[in-house]
Amino acid sequence: MNIRLLYFAALASAAGCDAEPVQTSCDNAAALYDELAVRHGFTLARSRLRVAVNGVFAPWEQRLREGDEVALLPPVSGG
Amino acid sequence: MSRFALSDGPIDGAALERSLQSRAAGAVVSFAGWVRDHNDGRAVRALTYQAYAPLAASEGNAIMDEARQRFDVLDARCVHRIGDLMLGDCAVWVGASAAHRDVAFAACRWIIDEIKQRVPIWKNEHYADGESGWLHPDDRSRG
Repeated sequence: MNIRLLYFAALASAAGCDAEPVQTSCDNAAALYDELAVRHGFTLARSRLRVAVNGVFAPWEQRLREGDEVALLPPVSGG
Repeated sequence: MSRFALSDGPIDGAALERSLQSRAAGAVVSFAGWVRDHNDGRAVRALTYQAYAPLAASEGNAIMDEARQRFDVLDARCVHRIGDLMLGDCAVWVGASAAHRDVAFAACRWIIDEIKQRVPIWKNEHYADGESGWLHPDDRSRG
């Protein structure tokens, strides 16, 4: 399955990019994050992040579909 | 007109405040957040804000809709900067108008607190010593 990943802030720094296509067998974002955390050395615990799929906040367990855009959102610090 | 907006240029708080004035509005309360020269004991020389723009816009506007349901306001607006900011730049502006001040104060306070907790915007602090770092606060008690 082909997924497009969006990274922000410290996750983008760790990944070395803001976005990348990934091919994965993970069928939800939780498993995908755990896989990417190993690959990119993400140190933020998944419990501290939120995830959005195709521009909308989503539960980590939501089943991913071919072509989904998954945004990994570290704790926010606006304001 | 969108009640919440991201801006990659300077925020004109005076113009925003005027946009909330009306004959029914006995009170217009605004909050402006400014880039300050220190945080957590370190000297800060500049900031960069990054946003996930589509979701920041939808979540920001959801907050403004909730504010109008929760408080008896006439109107409310918020603009948040993205991009590179210098010391003294306005980082975020919130305003609420109402017939009376209590509602306007309460709505303005509620909106900025929700914006800080919910909208996907991140701050990168550039320190005087040359280092920089993204802020990822781990609780909801931050200021």
